[in-house]
Amino acid sequence: MSIAPRKPPLQFALRLKRALGGKAGWNGLAAQIAFAAILAWIAYEIVANARANLETQHIASGFGFLNYNAGFDVNQSLIAYNNSDTYWRVFFVGLLNTILVSVIGIVFATVIGFIVALCRLSPNLLLSRIGGIYVEIIRNLPVLFQILFWYLAVLAALPAPRQSISIFNTFFLNNRGLVVPQPVTEPGLYPFIAALAVGIALALGLRRYARRALFQRGQMIRIWPYVLGCLVGLPLVSMLMFGGPLKFELPQLKGFNFAGGARIIPEFVALTVALSTYTGAFIAEIVRAGVMSVHKGQMEAGSSLGLSRAATLRLIVVPQAMRVIVPPLTSQYLNLTKNSSLAVAIGYPDLVSVFAGTAVSQTGQAIEIIAMTMGVYLLLSLTTSALMSVYGWRINRSMAA
Amino acid sequence: MKRVSLAVILAAAAALSVQAASAQTLKTVKDRGQLSCGVSQGLPGFSAPDDKGNWTGIDVDVCRAIAAVVLDDPTKIKFVPLSAKDRFTALQSGEIDVLSRNTTWTVSRDTSLGANFTGVTYYDGQGFMVKKSLKVNSALELNSASVCVQTGTTTEQNLADFFKGNNMKYEVIAFGSIDEAVKAYESGRCDVFTDDASGLYASRLKLANPADHIVLPEIISKEPLGPMVRHGDDQWFDIVKWTLFAMINAEELGITQKNVDTMLKSDKPEMKRVLGTDGNLGEQLGLTKDWVVRIVKAVGNYGETFERNVGTGSPLGIARGVNNLWNKGGIQYAPPIR
Repeated sequence: MSIAPRKPPLQFALRLKRALGGKAGWNGLAAQIAFAAILAWIAYEIVANARANLETQHIASGFGFLNYNAGFDVNQSLIAYNNSDTYWRVFFVGLLNTILVSVIGIVFATVIGFIVALCRLSPNLLLSRIGGIYVEIIRNLPVLFQILFWYLAVLAALPAPRQSISIFNTFFLNNRGLVVPQPVTEPGLYPFIAALAVGIALALGLRRYARRALFQRGQMIRIWPYVLGCLVGLPLVSMLMFGGPLKFELPQLKGFNFAGGARIIPEFVALTVALSTYTGAFIAEIVRAGVMSVHKGQMEAGSSLGLSRAATLRLIVVPQAMRVIVPPLTSQYLNLTKNSSLAVAIGYPDLVSVFAGTAVSQTGQAIEIIAMTMGVYLLLSLTTSALMSVYGWRINRSMAA
Repeated sequence: MKRVSLAVILAAAAALSVQAASAQTLKTVKDRGQLSCGVSQGLPGFSAPDDKGNWTGIDVDVCRAIAAVVLDDPTKIKFVPLSAKDRFTALQSGEIDVLSRNTTWTVSRDTSLGANFTGVTYYDGQGFMVKKSLKVNSALELNSASVCVQTGTTTEQNLADFFKGNNMKYEVIAFGSIDEAVKAYESGRCDVFTDDASGLYASRLKLANPADHIVLPEIISKEPLGPMVRHGDDQWFDIVKWTLFAMINAEELGITQKNVDTMLKSDKPEMKRVLGTDGNLGEQLGLTKDWVVRIVKAVGNYGETFERNVGTGSPLGIARGVNNLWNKGGIQYAPPIR
């Protein structure tokens, strides 16, 4: 290597060349531009060809249909919806239903996964065998069968609305779902929320103070009675002064079904249970692999410091295991979100069912709708993946520190 | 995921198919030696495979008649079972030559889908089926009921209109296929199953105890069911349209599968014109002179097809009603073959 004096003016161009062309330099850059141009041309041809063909066949195209009335109903909606709303609204209703089942499914799958993994790792023979059997059975059966199983098995076991299983005359379980009292907001709600927010802020402040005392002065301060006072006492005071935040409307049997009260539909329950138990089995294996990847010496080091087994796991082993767990965990979350599109088999109104299903056949505009749906799944997946990357990055950073 | 990927493939095919609709369908079918016919996934009486795997039904017979006039063989058909929501995309993409799948003729479908309806094989209307044990006698007593329905149908929209129009509340559970909807109804998830009345009778046959269920008297919509072809091929449109008209005309003239050979010797000018012993009407359509003879020999006239598949002689046992000929109290009427 000869030592040549640097030429500062070239640096920017050089870096650009490196970044764009890699080792091949400007030639590589030219190749990349040519490749991008070919891709753009192919994309343009596809779009232009599709448009021309649709026009010659007199098939409606464009996104104007999104402002038309949908004219059909959906049996679960997180936002107000009726059959004279537009296809835009249908899109959001379906999207929110997909997000709802995915988020709740992910939470449950994670909990199930960690519990089953801990069972499998447990020195207790019975527990570890049960964990092993769970994983082997659940992950080896197709998820669609499991969804149908939960749906049909749950439905078959439950009684008709008039013979509902009543729990304290407040909750009713029947084959239309679980009917629960509907919360109705009262004037006391806003003071209640404000009191709760103040309580949380105070509790966080206390925790910060106590931690600082512990780390800087080695002082252990007992704060939990004050925290309890902030979190429970303040809202209680607000309820005494302004009245309760919510009133509960009790469901009553009227005609075929219950009137009043909110209802959790069995389609949602079946889909959530099936997706979370299925994905939970995979997560259990990922967690187990992660925990086993931490060297045994770490556990022994924890013991030698006088930490209990639980504390060693929580403070030493799991944080190190998370580095291994997070990347494959992300792909399980993505799988769960994508598998939620199987909802159509049991009539749960997710995005694929109401938008890429009903709306496609009512409008006939398959290309636009399928493209939108694919875009949404891509966006959901990329968002999940980005959130998990941030989490993984934070873990790595705290490890390095 | 199967449904989604099918929709994606069909959408891509629709986008990329190079001029699939240009006036070539007749030639394509002849070259291929096979008619590709879109049917339902199994609706007894209309299109369903029997225990030997042969497709039967009134919609199937329309396809058989088309195959008979074009290919001179009613068995040279590839049946493509389609869900309600995939059917139009399959037609648009050129996957099928004709869609004969209990599809309701509406103005939006006739215009925005790039397809044309060619006639009405069955005049239907939407009804409701409930369990007898509910002791409901009218659809107007269905307030707050849960209703199972097949997604992507006019049924779903009529249902919304009916309940809204009568100020009644309901819960809709929409399934991807008719079988899933019926299964959910049977398991008690819904109080009511709604479909075209003919479909209700057909689905009732599949239930464990058909006698425990009744079809309510109200018919809440007009559902003229007919075959569909793509826009842009007028010759093929004419062939499919006149195949059905020929079946109806044959019934009006009393030409049946049994007597068609004797009818060929008839001296009546109308009979000679229809059966092709005189003139060249079949050739004007791009077919052969004996096109009507081929149809009747393959599937019989409209009345025979009706009786065999859905009529009182079949398991469905549906009366002719409005589907009778115009001169026998119904509204089935075909323009003359002249």
